[in-house]
Amino acid sequence: MLRIKNLSAGYGRLKVLRNISLHVNQGEIVTLIGANGAGKTTLLSTVCGLLRATNGEIYLQGRDISRQRPERIVASGCSLVPEGRQVFAAMSVRDNLLLGAFVRYRAAKNKRRSMDLKPVYQLFPVLKEREAQMAGTLSGGEQQMLAMGRALMAQPALIMMDEPSTGLAPMIVKNIFSIIRQLKDKGNTVLLIEQNARAALRIADRGYVMENGKIIVQGPAADLLANQDVQRAYLGQNVDNK
Amino acid sequence: MSTELFFQYFSAGITYGFLYAIVAIGFNIIYNATGIINFAQGEFVMLGGMTAISLYPFMPLPLAIVAAVIITTIIGALVEIIFIRWLDNPSVLRMIIITIGLSILIREAALFVWGESVRSLPYFNGNSISSINIMGANVSPQVLWVIGVCAVMVTILSLFFQLSTLGREMRACAANRLAATLCGINTRNRITLSFMLSAAIGAAAGCVMSPITYSQYDMGPGLAIKGFTVAILGGLGNSMAAVAAGLLLGLVESFSVMVLPQSYQEIIATSILLLVLFIRPHGLFGNKDTAALKEF
Repeated sequence: MLRIKNLSAGYGRLKVLRNISLHVNQGEIVTLIGANGAGKTTLLSTVCGLLRATNGEIYLQGRDISRQRPERIVASGCSLVPEGRQVFAAMSVRDNLLLGAFVRYRAAKNKRRSMDLKPVYQLFPVLKEREAQMAGTLSGGEQQMLAMGRALMAQPALIMMDEPSTGLAPMIVKNIFSIIRQLKDKGNTVLLIEQNARAALRIADRGYVMENGKIIVQGPAADLLANQDVQRAYLGQNVDNK
Repeated sequence: MSTELFFQYFSAGITYGFLYAIVAIGFNIIYNATGIINFAQGEFVMLGGMTAISLYPFMPLPLAIVAAVIITTIIGALVEIIFIRWLDNPSVLRMIIITIGLSILIREAALFVWGESVRSLPYFNGNSISSINIMGANVSPQVLWVIGVCAVMVTILSLFFQLSTLGREMRACAANRLAATLCGINTRNRITLSFMLSAAIGAAAGCVMSPITYSQYDMGPGLAIKGFTVAILGGLGNSMAAVAAGLLLGLVESFSVMVLPQSYQEIIATSILLLVLFIRPHGLFGNKDTAALKEF
C-alpha cells in the first residue's frame, strides 16, 4: 500500500528526517511512536506532499507520489487527519463532511454526496445529531470524530492520523481508538501516529519507533509492547526491578 | 432641513456608499482567501471604467461594459498568477508591499495608455440632466442603476458563497487553507479565482459609477482608502457588514456637507479609519475573539 524508501526531508537547512524507510500493507494498522520532535508529524507532512522530500521515494499503491502536489496525493487515495483536527470552524458539520468528498465528485450531484454521508454517520452517530451545528462549537472529541469522518468521505485507500488522542479525556480517547479498530475491521488501512504509545500499540498490527528523525526499532506491535527498551523510553514503565 | 434636500443628500450617500461597499467586498474576497489586503483593488475599479470608455465608440454600451469586466477579470487573474501564485508562504508585509507596487504599476500603465484626461461613460438612461422625482427629490436614473447593480452583485455573491459547491470550497480555503488542501482542493486555483471575482465586481462598479463620478487614471488610491475604511469598519472579511459600513460612510460623508465645508469631505473617511483602528480594530460588526486569531 504505502512504501517509503530512504526518505529525507526537513525545513530549509534543518534536516528532520534521515533515511526513513517503512511500509504499510493493505488492511493493516501501523503505528509510529516516538517522543516530541522525533519527526513523526514531519514524516506525515512529507507523505501527503505538504513538505518536499529532499531525498528518497514514496510509493502509494505502486506509484511514486513523492514529487506530487498535496491535492493530487489526496486524489490518489491518501488522506491525512491532521494534528489539532483542523476542522472548518465556521462551517456546519455537514459542510465539513461534504468538503471531504471533494476529490471524488468535483462537479457531480450533491445527491450522491449526501448518500456518502450515511456510512460516516453510522460510524459517528453524534455527527448526525450535530449535522447543522457549526464545527467550531463541537467538543474536542466530536471535532476529532469530524476530522476523521471528513477524511473518510474521500474513501481513501490509506488513512493517516496524526495524534488523534491529543487533548482528549481518557474516556473519549478509548472511544476514538475503538473506532480506529473498527475502521480496520471494515477493511481500511491506517497509519497512526501517537504519543500514547501503549494504546496505539494495543490496536496496531505493527509498529515503528522513531527517534531524532530515524527509525530505531520496528516489529510486530506485540513485540514492541514487550521490548524492554521501548517500555522504558515510551511506555513509562520501570523495568529495572524485574 | 427640507425633505427634498434630505433625500438629495440621502441618495448621494447611498450611491457612494454602495461604491465603497463594492470596493470593500473586493478587499474581503481576497482577504478571505489569502489573508492579505490587495491594495490594487481601487485600480480594478479604474480599469473597468476606463476600458469600457475606450471600447464604447466601437460597440454598444452593454457590450462595452461586459467586455471591460471580462478584460479586467483577466487582468486580475494575470496579476495573481504572475506576482502572487509562486510565492511560498509570503509574509503579510511582503504581500502588502507587492500589492502597493502593483497598484502603482497599473496606475502608471493607465497614465501611459489613457493620459491624464477625465473621461466618463454616457448615462445609461437619459442624460446628465434627466431625473426622476422620488419623495420630492430629483434623483438621476443613473443612481438607481448604481444601487440596483451593486445590490444585485452583493446578493449574488452572498448566495454564491453560501449555497454553491464552488463557493463552499472557497469558504473552506478561507477558513483553513491546510485543511482545504488535505480535502484535495487546489487552493491556489481558488485564490486565482478570488482575484478574478474581486476584479470583476470592481470593474462592474467602475462602469456603473463612471457617468456620475467620472473615471481617471488615478482614481484608484482614493477609492482604496475609502474601501479599506469600510472593510475595517465592518470587520475584515465580512461582506454583509461591509455593505452596512459602506452605506454608513457614504451617508456620513454626504450629510457632513451640512456642518462642514465640502472640501473637508475627504478627511472624514480617514478620520473614521483612524478612530476605528484605535478604538475597535475588529470593526463595528466584527468579533474581538476571532480577530485576535488572525495574523493581520
